[in-house]
Amino acid sequence: MNWIVRNLWLIPALPLFAAGISALAKQKNRALAAGLAIGSMGISFLLALCAFAHVLVLRSSGQATQQVFNFPWFQFGNDWLSLGWVLNPLTAVMLVMVTFVGLLIFIFSVGYMEHDENFTRFFCFLALFASAMLGVIISNSLLLLFMCWEIVGLTSYLLIGFWYFKPSAAAAAKKAFITTRIGDLPFFLGIVWLYSQTGTLLFYNNGAGCLEPTAITHLLSQTTAIGVCVATGIALLIFCGAIGKSGQFPLHVWLPDAMEGPTPVSALIHAATMVAAGVFLVARVYPLMSAHNGIAGMLTTSTALQAVTWIGAITALFGSLVAVAQFDIKRILAYSTVSQLGYMMMGLGVGGVAVGMFHLITHAFFKALLFLGAGSIIHGCSGEQDIRRMGGIRKLMPITFLTYGIAMLALCGFPLFSGFWSKDEILHAAHHWNISQAPYYMGAFAALLTAFYMTRQVFYVFAGSSRLTEEVTDASHAAAHTDAHAADHHHGSSAIHESPAVMTVPLALLSVFALLLGFFGTPAWPWFQSFLDDSPLAVNFGAFGEGGILPVMLISSVIVFLGLGLGWWFYGRKPIESAVAPDAVGKLSPPIFTVLGHAFYFDAFYGATFIRLNTLLSKISDWLDRWVWSGAVKTITSLVFGFAHLDNFLDTNVVNSGFDEGCEGVSLSGQILSRLQAGRVQGYLKIVAGALIVFTIVLLWKAKI
Amino acid sequence: MLAWTIYISFLGALVLLLLPSRNAALVRVLALATTLVTFAITLTAFLQHRSGEMFTVVDYPWISSLGIHFSLKADGISLTLLLLTGVIGVCGVLFSWDVDHRIKEFFAFYLVLIGAVYGVFLSFDLFLLFVFYEIVVIPKYFLIAIWGSTRREYAAMKLVLYSFIGSAMVLVGLIAAYVVAGSRSMSLGDLAGYQYSPHFQMWAFPLVFVGFGILAGLWPFHTWAPTGHVAAPTAASMLLAGVVMKLGAYGCLRVAMTLFPLGLAPWGFHVLGLGSWRDVFAVLAVIGILYGALVALVQKDFKFVIGYSSISHMGFILLGLMTLNQIGLSGAVVQMVSHGILAGLLFAVVGRMVYSRTHTRDLPALGPMHMNKALPFAAFTFVIAGMASMGLPGFSGFAAELMILIGVWHSYPTLILFVGIGLIAGVAYIWRAMQQAFFTGPTPAAAVAPPDHPLPPITFPEKLGAGILICSSVIVGTFPQVFLNVIHPALNSPLFQGLRNGGW
Repeated sequence: MNWIVRNLWLIPALPLFAAGISALAKQKNRALAAGLAIGSMGISFLLALCAFAHVLVLRSSGQATQQVFNFPWFQFGNDWLSLGWVLNPLTAVMLVMVTFVGLLIFIFSVGYMEHDENFTRFFCFLALFASAMLGVIISNSLLLLFMCWEIVGLTSYLLIGFWYFKPSAAAAAKKAFITTRIGDLPFFLGIVWLYSQTGTLLFYNNGAGCLEPTAITHLLSQTTAIGVCVATGIALLIFCGAIGKSGQFPLHVWLPDAMEGPTPVSALIHAATMVAAGVFLVARVYPLMSAHNGIAGMLTTSTALQAVTWIGAITALFGSLVAVAQFDIKRILAYSTVSQLGYMMMGLGVGGVAVGMFHLITHAFFKALLFLGAGSIIHGCSGEQDIRRMGGIRKLMPITFLTYGIAMLALCGFPLFSGFWSKDEILHAAHHWNISQAPYYMGAFAALLTAFYMTRQVFYVFAGSSRLTEEVTDASHAAAHTDAHAADHHHGSSAIHESPAVMTVPLALLSVFALLLGFFGTPAWPWFQSFLDDSPLAVNFGAFGEGGILPVMLISSVIVFLGLGLGWWFYGRKPIESAVAPDAVGKLSPPIFTVLGHAFYFDAFYGATFIRLNTLLSKISDWLDRWVWSGAVKTITSLVFGFAHLDNFLDTNVVNSGFDEGCEGVSLSGQILSRLQAGRVQGYLKIVAGALIVFTIVLLWKAKI
Repeated sequence: MLAWTIYISFLGALVLLLLPSRNAALVRVLALATTLVTFAITLTAFLQHRSGEMFTVVDYPWISSLGIHFSLKADGISLTLLLLTGVIGVCGVLFSWDVDHRIKEFFAFYLVLIGAVYGVFLSFDLFLLFVFYEIVVIPKYFLIAIWGSTRREYAAMKLVLYSFIGSAMVLVGLIAAYVVAGSRSMSLGDLAGYQYSPHFQMWAFPLVFVGFGILAGLWPFHTWAPTGHVAAPTAASMLLAGVVMKLGAYGCLRVAMTLFPLGLAPWGFHVLGLGSWRDVFAVLAVIGILYGALVALVQKDFKFVIGYSSISHMGFILLGLMTLNQIGLSGAVVQMVSHGILAGLLFAVVGRMVYSRTHTRDLPALGPMHMNKALPFAAFTFVIAGMASMGLPGFSGFAAELMILIGVWHSYPTLILFVGIGLIAGVAYIWRAMQQAFFTGPTPAAAVAPPDHPLPPITFPEKLGAGILICSSVIVGTFPQVFLNVIHPALNSPLFQGLRNGGW
């Protein structure tokens, strides 16, 4: 076996090692902590490249591209429970992405966190997180994956709550941990169920793994009490874990709140890696997800995949609707992430592993770039996060503006940018889905909204003149979103400045990928897809014309331009003058109606009602988000606490007082007896003890005789 | 050689009492040396007997006319728990380094307690086991009543009464078993080999099981445990939660279940959906898991949180026993070790590191003290212990609970949902206690004024003790096979023959 396969564990182990050392080191050793974290991540990146190259070599030489390394962990009844890791194209791609994006974010953090007193601790947590995330990726065992998954959750908690002295950050961290944990419970039950059915948790084990045909066939042949096939039941339970981790509807509530963490954390955890772990999980157990009883080769979609698709489509639409009505720069991005994760899930559901994963990879780059850009802006504006108080940053932070623009266009799916190719592929697959067309329309509508809200954000932030000194009066949105790192930031409040090179260089690097990465998966040269699916690859420009690809592409381009245009129409046409001015979509004044009405007839009419509806829907979604889903969580919490108090009451007053009453009865009779014998319990116990010892000695002595 | 664990502990206690000087340092060192030697013995024995099969330590006639022997034997299960006792014993001394009040008596009682616990785990003769089981009660009482806090006499009395009720039930069951089997031998092996009538087993089993179960925190007979843990001094809480509760669970498995395996068989009729004692105790265990976790969720006293969490974790052990399959049973034994270590660690943090410095365990009162700044090591240790306790992978709790859950899945698939809810509640109460005690804001770094009375820093013995316990938990969590290697042969030995025929 190849060296890299045997030593794949080094990739997660190195950051772990770095985290361990910096945990033991003194808080003052800033350079050591940062150096260790970045150095270990750099070596991991090189190793990941080796692994990637190894898979490429295997592929070009026509060998199987999947290699596993398993080892027994402990005995489970009569069986051994094994753990292990797997190197296949999916692992290789994710490894390279996570180590590379992670490395850039680590470097960025050196600049972003330089004023923070807990710099060392921050890098320790970052490295620990990266280690756990890489562990999730290489696991060849659902159990090992789950273990790393939980550590990812823990470190994410630590990082979101990094500024724990802010009550909102502490609350957000708790919410994130507990919400994802709710998803993890069904996931765990699914693991236990899978183990009891197949007797193994290894994914691949020379034919005996739980994702290999023997096990899948076995799972399909069983039916549960409620008539669902066991494979479907397990797949749905596992998917619950992915819903929690990837912020899918209805467990997405934690993700926007998680923006309380430092911005590099948002980039690393809430854009590139952790939230993608759920998508990765579905991709990893895809054979289980897609297992169905239909005839092989037929176009039958399994129940589990249908669930994935619908959840994804709902999330995609929901996230983009809510994003339109946000004012916090990071919350817009957070809802955008929710929406994009929905796309990935939908892609997995309708198109398969390659479709979903391609969007995951491209999204990781441009969303990390957006978050880092936002971080750079926040850093430059001394902690301001409200987009209404920004403005005019284009001239003051040119590099940030340029990179942010690229990322924004990639996210919108502007033609030829990376997001275009990946999102288009999802829409194309959705268009050809054999169950329903609804996900396609939901996705297309979400794409329109995406272009719209990103345009809105960019105009608010970069155009016009600075409104930083103005106060925002709208109390509902002006809550103290001020980034805590402003507290340590003594640059003077007004001087907006471009960030140092340690922050802008990662931005530039990421933007190159945001621009070009899409060309690895165009219909004409679907290298990425063939790499993941292990299918032959050929350059074929005719592919654009086949299977209705070109029309879908054209439609989505039109949608993007429409979204951008609408955004410009509302926010770019007239510079936003004051931070207190109402939002353009929000007021929708009659003059706009007139102008629209004169320019286009039907389109204008649809556009206006549609946007009004849109605003309404956004408000409803926002309201739902604030009251219904959060409310549900609160209700359950108070119910639990109610029961807890009841139990406590029972314990103090019923169980205990029963005991106490009994004792009083006994002591009453004792008092009567004590007329005869005065003495205390301690005294009696001493006598008992003494008697026991004497008794024992006597017995021993007798026994000897 | 293992028998010396008992002798040395008792000898150590005697030496301490007879010591003419009141030199505190000498007393501590002597106590530490005693526990260290016993720990070394258990460790050597554990490493020597890798096969896990039953072996005789000491066996000679004691009361020949009654067929009672002084018989000490050990197998994989007892070796595992002996090792746990050794570790907790050493750490308990380390965390009692600050005891000043009547120090000689304190450590003398402490060593008697340890010696008696070793005795219970080693006894193969049931009369001997019972004697040691009773000896355990006495030092417990004095440790709480003299060195305790918060309603200590009430708690001590309650603990003693519950213990005596439990042992009375056990005694009745054991005597009945002895008489029915012909009054020839009290050896566990002989009695377990005797074929009792199913009818007899049906009433004797619950009697003995509940008798031992009381000490294992079986709901609804758990109420002595939280008050006892809270009132006890740190070392006693550690021993109480760490090993004494395990005595109960050990008794349930080693005595009740091996003597009367048919007591677990179905009754042949159903009451409230329960068809056997096995169902009854499984349901009680699950109630204990949920109930303990929920009550822990609303406690104001930090130590009560840990006290009730013990009820919850002990519920896992009892549930594991009721699965009657090899995964569940071995999981229960691993959970005994895991909970022993973690409960010890949690009580050490709360009782020694926090309470003896701040003199309060009230969670709202601890918040404003900014414990994470004042005592960073305590905060760090509690976070680690809390993570381990809520079952974070890599620590002992995860491996144990995983095994138990898989066992439960085979035997009681419907209960697993409730257990799952218990797991989530387990996250919640640890989280709540951690936030309230250590991480209550707002404390902008610059604004922290130096407190008027800085808390004494964490001492070296405490750090050492915490380090030992954390490492033990990680070792159990990452290499559970070390223990399973000896536990499996023990479960497959003739002693558990009857149980195997009835169950898995």
